[in-house]
Amino acid sequence: MAPAGRAARLKRRAGRWVLRAIAALVFFFIFIPVIFVVWISLFQQQIVSFPPEGYTLRWYENAFARTEFRDGFGLSLQVAFLAMLIGVTSGAAAAYAIVRFRFPGREALNTLLLGPLVVPGIVAGTSLYVYYIMVENILDMDFRATLHGLVLGHILLTIPWTVRLVSASLIGLDRAVEEAAMNLGAGPWTTFRRITLPMMRPGLVAASLFSFIQSFENLELTLLLVGPGRTTLPVAMLNYLEFRIDPTIAAVATVQIVLIGALMLITDRFVKLSRIV
Amino acid sequence: MSELVLDRLRKEYGSFVAVDDVSLHVREGELVALLGPSGCGKTTTLRMIAGFIEPTAGRITIGGRDVTWDPPYRRDTGMVFQSYALFPHMTVAQNVAFGLEMRKVPRAEAETRVRRALDLVRLGHLADRLPRQLSGGQQQRVALARALVVNPGVFLLDEPLSNLDAKLRLEVRVEIRELQKRLGLTTVFVTHDQEEALTLADRLVVLDHGVVQQVGTPEELYEAPANLFVAGFIGRSNVLRGRVVERGRFVTEAGLALAVPTDGFEPGAAALALRPERITVIPGAAGNGVSGRVALVTYLGAATEYRVTLDGGESLTASMATPRPGDPLKRVGAGDVVTLTWPAETCRLLAPDRGAPTDEGGS
Repeated sequence: MAPAGRAARLKRRAGRWVLRAIAALVFFFIFIPVIFVVWISLFQQQIVSFPPEGYTLRWYENAFARTEFRDGFGLSLQVAFLAMLIGVTSGAAAAYAIVRFRFPGREALNTLLLGPLVVPGIVAGTSLYVYYIMVENILDMDFRATLHGLVLGHILLTIPWTVRLVSASLIGLDRAVEEAAMNLGAGPWTTFRRITLPMMRPGLVAASLFSFIQSFENLELTLLLVGPGRTTLPVAMLNYLEFRIDPTIAAVATVQIVLIGALMLITDRFVKLSRIV
Repeated sequence: MSELVLDRLRKEYGSFVAVDDVSLHVREGELVALLGPSGCGKTTTLRMIAGFIEPTAGRITIGGRDVTWDPPYRRDTGMVFQSYALFPHMTVAQNVAFGLEMRKVPRAEAETRVRRALDLVRLGHLADRLPRQLSGGQQQRVALARALVVNPGVFLLDEPLSNLDAKLRLEVRVEIRELQKRLGLTTVFVTHDQEEALTLADRLVVLDHGVVQQVGTPEELYEAPANLFVAGFIGRSNVLRGRVVERGRFVTEAGLALAVPTDGFEPGAAALALRPERITVIPGAAGNGVSGRVALVTYLGAATEYRVTLDGGESLTASMATPRPGDPLKRVGAGDVVTLTWPAETCRLLAPDRGAPTDEGGS
């Protein structure tokens, strides 16, 4: 009994250590690019090589000094914010309709709204480019290389995330809670505003965060929709890379990583992300 | 408080009739339980009263006002849900205050009423907690306070005890009954638990397949069930099928002849219902009575049950106060010969057409 019990315990303990080791390895793999980008952004030499000859902050200086990055950063923020605002509002409304109502084509609509996740960004970007040219000809109005053109394109990126996350939060919502509100005298609109909407909040917050990130870091879809003087940060970074390979690009990426990381941490304080996603 | 009248209330889903012309008059201050197996239409009926389901036909009046087509928020009902349905993002006090807010009750008055309602359910000290910080029983009491604070014309309870553990269920049951009596609430209570219904209600409505089987006080239903379904659903009954052969005489399918009051029955097929606790078990073969052999003895503490196979092959279950040491009954075990007797007037003849309750059908 006793030796057998000890063997079993040892085996269990060994199993636990193997699991931990694998988990650590996976985390290491996920984070290794991030670690390297941050590290390289501090290298002294212009051509990246190991080991570093020393450390400096001048690449950050360079990144902030260059107008294409400054403007790109500003435009990316603007586009991401607007796309998030419009995308989450309309996506949430669509999710509400899909979860709450039964109508013909409901399943098809659900699949369609998840579509942008499936289509490769570069394909979607090319299609949008062609489509914008057609629309420009008809409406006599610019779409390529404009803010509204970019925002419209990026809304596509935000919709699938929003529909998924908001649907999930609606499905988990006990309808009896809304009935209780109505039973106490709240009309449909008051019930929605006072009960349903607050209960959807975690889903909405998560959808906003992911929409913002999706738009902010998008490269492929955006590539053809930008123009001189109107370039988002990821495209500006790509352009810079065409001519130079110095750690400036790592510095810009680090700023981006820090920004998104901060956004996630702040969001997590209000809504536990691990519970939603 | 107001009276509640259901007039031939009906709900069809396609060809399925969920509620089949239910009529009911709940008097002011009365507690009526809707009782039946799952899928019997009791919850559908309650939800029609609350306004969450539109009836196919029929009328609902609360305090004389026809509310059949009013939306839920224009009816004067206070409902307690099976899942409690508390607002998770509001504190206990905000939950209770919600109905008053909707009625535009001035803030000062609302605060007083919320405090009083919470004191009523002994939760005054938890007013600032969120629902998820409370136990199941406490959440239940918040739901009660929230429904009661608005002084509803009709108080509706949908299986309010089914999510509580056995001990708590008993406590909350007593609490609900006391509140209901004290406040004189006109109440409709839905449950599938017959014990709950018997102990709580002034009157019971037994439903099966959307049809009212019987309406009456607990005693009426227990002592004089209208049909085999009620006889089997309220308490337990032995059922013997057979025929009335002449006035006062019933012969079972196995050929056992019994003296039974047959008022209202013509000779022909019938079923006889007999409560286990009305049967007396006498050890050995006695002159008068029905003899058989004990198949199983089940000790239940205060009572002991004897499953007896009669000589003709039919079975009866008798429930006796557990015999004391020295009582000859104490020594009776499986295989022993016993005699069963019962007062003839405790037998109840019923129409044979409906079977005892079965477990068929979903929820």
